[in-house]
Amino acid sequence: MEKQLVRKIARLARLALTPEQEDLATTQLSNTLKWIEQLQAVNTDGVEPLASVADIHLPLRKDVVNDGNCAEAVLANAPEQAQGYFVVPKVVE
Amino acid sequence: MASLVEGKTGSWEVVIGMEVHAQITAHSKLFSGASAAFGGEPNAHVSLVDAAMPGMLPVLNEFCVEQAIRTGLGLNAQVNETSVFERKNYFYPDLPQGYQISQFQHPIVGKGEIEIDLPDGSVKTIGITRLHLEQDAGKSIHDQHPTKSYVDLNRSGCALMEIVSEPDIRSADEACAYWAKLRMILRYLGTCDGNMEEGSMRADVNVSVRKPGAPLGTRCEIKNVNSIKAVQMAVDYEVQRQIEIIEGGGKIDQETRLWDPAKGATRSMRSKEEAHDYRYFPDPDLLPLHVGADWIANIKQTLPELPDQKKHRFMEDYGLNAYDSSVLIAERERADFFESGAKGRDAKLVANWILNELLGLLNKDGKDLSSSPVTAAQIGGLIDLITDNTISGKIAKDVFAQMYASGKDAAAIVETQGLRQVTDTAAIEKIIDEVLAENPDNVAAYRSGKDKLFGFFVGQVMKKMGGKANPSAVNDILKSKLGRS
Repeated sequence: MEKQLVRKIARLARLALTPEQEDLATTQLSNTLKWIEQLQAVNTDGVEPLASVADIHLPLRKDVVNDGNCAEAVLANAPEQAQGYFVVPKVVE
Repeated sequence: MASLVEGKTGSWEVVIGMEVHAQITAHSKLFSGASAAFGGEPNAHVSLVDAAMPGMLPVLNEFCVEQAIRTGLGLNAQVNETSVFERKNYFYPDLPQGYQISQFQHPIVGKGEIEIDLPDGSVKTIGITRLHLEQDAGKSIHDQHPTKSYVDLNRSGCALMEIVSEPDIRSADEACAYWAKLRMILRYLGTCDGNMEEGSMRADVNVSVRKPGAPLGTRCEIKNVNSIKAVQMAVDYEVQRQIEIIEGGGKIDQETRLWDPAKGATRSMRSKEEAHDYRYFPDPDLLPLHVGADWIANIKQTLPELPDQKKHRFMEDYGLNAYDSSVLIAERERADFFESGAKGRDAKLVANWILNELLGLLNKDGKDLSSSPVTAAQIGGLIDLITDNTISGKIAKDVFAQMYASGKDAAAIVETQGLRQVTDTAAIEKIIDEVLAENPDNVAAYRSGKDKLFGFFVGQVMKKMGGKANPSAVNDILKSKLGRS
C-alpha cells in the first residue's frame, strides 16, 4: 500500500489526514491487505459467493405508504434549515 | 449508413449509447414506506430511512421489483433470478447516505432489444445492455440564496430503473426514436409514466465520432438530457464540437459534460472527474435478491399487448397503413379508443375520423383523449349514419363539429335539425327540374360541351336542398336529365 493511494482514498472519503495519520493508515491498510492476500490463496473455483451464513431470504415489503410526513424530525439535526429545506453551502457548478 | 455527418475532412460516423433513468410508477419508495408522489411540501415525503439516519435499514419494495421484471420482459430481455444491490459511493448534498444503493455486477435484467421507428418509415433494432434498480437522489435548489443551496429529499430514495442501451444508435434521429419508443413501451407497461416535466425520464447520452470503419472514438457522457428535443439538440451540438476538435488537430478528452438547455450547449463538469471512482461493493444491509421463475412467469402472463405487436395487428386486422397504425398506437388510450369505435364498423373510416378530425380538434384545444367531448361510441354512431346513407360525408363534418361542441350524439343532432339525407328520387328530381328550368343558358352551354358546368348544377341542387340530397343520386339524375353521360 503506497501513501499516494491512501491519500486518494482519504480524499474520496472526505477525510483530512495529518501526515502521522497517513503513515498509520498506510501501515494498517497494508496489514489488512496482507490478510486478504492470505485468504486469496484458498482455491474457490466453483464455490458460490456466500452472502449470509443463515439460510434467510431478502425480506420484501408491500408497496404501501406508511412512513414519512415527519419533516420536523428529519430536519431536527440539520446545522441550517429554511422553509422546510436543508440549507448547505452552494454546490452548483 | 445514410446518417453520416460531413466535416471538412470527409464523413464522420456518430456512435451513441444511452442510459435512461425511468422513475418506477409506485406508491412508496424503493426501500422505505414514504410516498413516492411528485411534489409535496419540502421534505414531507421523507422517512428516517430516506434521510439516512443512523441505524435505519432499507427494506425492498416488492412492487418495484415486479415493475422492473415487467419492464425487462417488455424489452424482450433476460430477467436474472438473482441480482445484487451494491453501494455506489460519492458525496453530494442531495445524497444523504453518502452512497446510492444501485446494482452493478449483477443487475436484475440483462440483455434485450427493442425496435425503433425512423422518420423515413424504416425500422431498426437497438440492443439493450441491462436494466438495474437504484435509488433516486434528492433535489438541490440553487436560486433561493446567493451563497447557499437548498435541499429537498422528497425524491430521495424513489425507485429508478436505469436502462442502458448498446452503442447501436447512429444519429440524433435514431436517439430520439429510441427515447420515444422506450417511453411508449414503459407507458404501455405502466411501469413509468414518462412525464418529462416531472423528470420521470432522464437520459445520459454517450456520444463519440469516428471515420466509417475506424475503431470507436473517445466518448463523452452528456448529462441532464431530459426531453426528446434535448436529445436532438444535445447530440447535434456534441457531434459538431467533437468533429471540430478532431479536425482542428486536437483530441477528445473522455469526460462528463452537462447539457445546458438555456445556452443550447454542453459544458465540461470538471468536478465529476475524480468522483468517477465509485468504489462499488455489495450493500451489507441487503441480501441478494432472488426472484423465482414462477414469479417471472406470472408477470409475463399479465403483460399487455405492446406497441409493436399492436401496430402489426392494426395493419393486418384492420387494413390500416403503417403510418396511421403508428399514430394510433402511440398512446395506449388512443389505440383503445380506436378499437372500441371500430368494432363492427369500417375501421379505416373510423381511423380517418379519429386521426383527421378528432385529434386535430383536441390538439388545437390542448386536450387529450381523456378529456374528449366526443366518445368512441359517439364517433361510431356518426360513422353508422354515414355508412347507412342517413347523412352524407359533408353533412357529417358539420354534425361532428356540433358533437364536439355539445357532446351530443350524432343521431340526436341529425334528428332535431332535420339533416337526414334525402334519397327519395322523386324529391330530388323535382328540385333538379326546377334548377334546369331556371338556368336554360347553362343547360344549353353544357349540352354544347362545357363539361365544367356539371358542378354548377350539382351545387345549385345541393343549395336548394340544404346539402341534404344524396350526392350520388343527384349525379345520376342530373346526368340522365341533361342527356349526356
